[in-house]
Amino acid sequence: MTATATTVPQDAGKTLQRDMLAKYYGALETANEKGEPVAYLFIPGNIVELTRCFDFHAVYPEINALQCGIKKVAGDNIVRAEDLGYSSDVCGYVKNDVGLMLADRQSPFGKIPKPDLLVCNYSGCNTFIKWFEALAHFYGSEFFLLDLPYVRGTGILDGDVAYVVEQLRELIERCEARTGIAFSEVRLREILARSREAEELWVQILRLAQERPSPFDSYFEAVFYMAPINILRGTRECVDYYRHVLAEMQTRRDDRRGPVPEEKFRIVVEGPPPWPHFRAFWELFKRWGAVAVASTYSKVGGLYDPGVRHDPARPRESIAEYAMGSYTNWNLAKRADLLRRYVEEYEADALVIHSVKSCRSFSVGQADFREEFVNELGIPTLMVESDLADPRYFQEAQLRNRIDAFFESLTQRRLTGAVA
Amino acid sequence: MSGPPGTLEDLRSLVEDVTFPRAREWKEGGGKVIGSFPVYAPMEVVHAAGMLPVYLFGAGGGVEIEAADSRIQSFVCSITRSTLELGLRGNLEAFDGLVFTNICDVARNLSGIFARNFPGKLVEYLHLPQNVGSSMAVDYMTGELRRLLASLQRMNGGPVTRERLAHSVAVFEENRALVRQLYEVRATAPWLLPAHEAYLLVRAGGLLPKEEHTQLLRTALADIRARTNRSMDKMRILLIGSFCEQPPITLLRGIEDAGCYVVDDDLALGLRFIERPLAANGDPLRTLAEGFVRGAANSSVCHSVRPKTEWLLERARALRVNGVLFCTAKFCEPALYDYVPYKQVLDKAGIPSLHVEFEEKMTAFEQARTQVETFAESVLFE
Repeated sequence: MTATATTVPQDAGKTLQRDMLAKYYGALETANEKGEPVAYLFIPGNIVELTRCFDFHAVYPEINALQCGIKKVAGDNIVRAEDLGYSSDVCGYVKNDVGLMLADRQSPFGKIPKPDLLVCNYSGCNTFIKWFEALAHFYGSEFFLLDLPYVRGTGILDGDVAYVVEQLRELIERCEARTGIAFSEVRLREILARSREAEELWVQILRLAQERPSPFDSYFEAVFYMAPINILRGTRECVDYYRHVLAEMQTRRDDRRGPVPEEKFRIVVEGPPPWPHFRAFWELFKRWGAVAVASTYSKVGGLYDPGVRHDPARPRESIAEYAMGSYTNWNLAKRADLLRRYVEEYEADALVIHSVKSCRSFSVGQADFREEFVNELGIPTLMVESDLADPRYFQEAQLRNRIDAFFESLTQRRLTGAVA
Repeated sequence: MSGPPGTLEDLRSLVEDVTFPRAREWKEGGGKVIGSFPVYAPMEVVHAAGMLPVYLFGAGGGVEIEAADSRIQSFVCSITRSTLELGLRGNLEAFDGLVFTNICDVARNLSGIFARNFPGKLVEYLHLPQNVGSSMAVDYMTGELRRLLASLQRMNGGPVTRERLAHSVAVFEENRALVRQLYEVRATAPWLLPAHEAYLLVRAGGLLPKEEHTQLLRTALADIRARTNRSMDKMRILLIGSFCEQPPITLLRGIEDAGCYVVDDDLALGLRFIERPLAANGDPLRTLAEGFVRGAANSSVCHSVRPKTEWLLERARALRVNGVLFCTAKFCEPALYDYVPYKQVLDKAGIPSLHVEFEEKMTAFEQARTQVETFAESVLFE
């Protein structure tokens, strides 16, 4: 196996993304003063293709929260929100956002504009509703609740699609009234075509993790590479970005390069990362030669690999299906089945669950996954806890002990032939 | 069959009995039992299918959490953990099915945990419309009700007629009207009816057959109205935040004993979730759907087109309360989020408020009681 440095060099895909995000945040800084409309959206199941038809700037408070986590200012924001009255037991992303608002929306990556329209795409997270209700209260902004029925059986029901499509029509009317721009179905189809193109490329990239060694870490790196499809979906530069990343990953594959010097364990990861301690958390796995070959958090913006796609031929229906088909809007049985398929299709040795207190939508059910995977499927499973936003919940020594013990036992089982 | 509970102690025993004796009796008599997790579930449909609807509210501290610990993390509210514990311990054996709705992420995912751990039971998850302002909300909700009905019909092996549905809707409507009368007494003459007594009377409606509970309410209302208790110098408060997990009865009594008349609350809200009388439209399920979309109670688990803060101020003023008591369950995110904007508008309007947190298993009530006492004194003697 070819040896490489333990840390992946800041390659071109990363540099390109940095420039794209700088441009994105730069445009946001002047939106309010220029009188350009600003829509706030959530990541899972958002309808940004539609708001793009009305020239809205898209602001994603979850992205701001994770950026604040990485830049290590989330802790201060969270404390500001708690001083206002928010409980220590509610979501750190919400508190980060409120804390940012209290700091005049001045973030390390620029000033975030106020919302004109809050589009609450309620997909798999009730906290979204409470979050934007609070923002509507604080900012006095217009609120639109896009109700996205939970996937409660094996698939999306016909009545659900009709309900969402009708709401999209109602949202279009609201956007037209607010911006004075007439809705263009032609423009929507063009945007959707670009979304689809990026989605196809992203899936090709993700599938490369089936190689041995995997050319990239499908959790710790994929959550970085997913940013453009979550933030800039529907734009030409987003498509170009994934074309570039695909080429780069194909080169890594051809060179048999991976994220660690030697791939010793292949893991599937469930749950969001601890953004304020991202590097430290990754190191706990790297030192065991553990590489994530599939993860669910890298799919929060869209379950493209199991087949979800935007479709210019069925614009509104495909938006509705995409929006309902987000990972946390799937019932637990479907989620567990996807995890099991990832373990099989990517030939993983184990499932690692990172359970975060902030996000009950992700975390409630994960302990039951562990029961099922260990006791019924015989798949080694590790579950560790911290948080995605609140730096106070990351206990590194404890996590290290748990992770070390797990990989030691995997090593032992492999030596004794207990694991194929 | 057991007779109706006669005294307050009987009611308390019924509510606190986590072996669900009335559900077991029903089952032993050959009937089917369907439980619902809070907040609201359209149990009229269950009634129409000839089954006993039971509104579950966790274990109220009645069981130790042991088996559920391996399936639900410790940062989750008591009611979720204890409801699963009841299932894993066999306390829900009499139940043929359970209904969950989209009140919060925890309850939603609990439905999935139940589905996997209890494959023999019907686990129905209803996604009730949150965009109540949409022109399609009623149609959509009617569809969800039909889906529930279809599941119950499959279980029963027979159709449920429109007449039966209309009858069940009327039975529940009559019951809710009586519950509203209880709350009217509380608002106008709270010295006649302590909050904990009203609460037990309402909670019993989640455990007894509806018709029997309606009779119980009639008797109780007549008795309450005949009382001659005198008004005392107590603070009038509105209690909110307890719409799902329920505070221990000892805590409720403590709040009243600390000098408060709880003139309104959102305790066991699901049993009276549809606040306005229904307008029949010829299709009982559609009538029910319209009732939900147009007449649901204000709560942290249902989006409303009108800001909830406006509702709170209006309610506080209409009831002429001296203060608002936020009584929220530990880890209950919907209540904890709403607390902040609610508190802001109350502060601005000069209405005092206090926040008390509870858990099912709490045993020390002194601190909460002292907090409420201090609050009441500061408001009454300011």
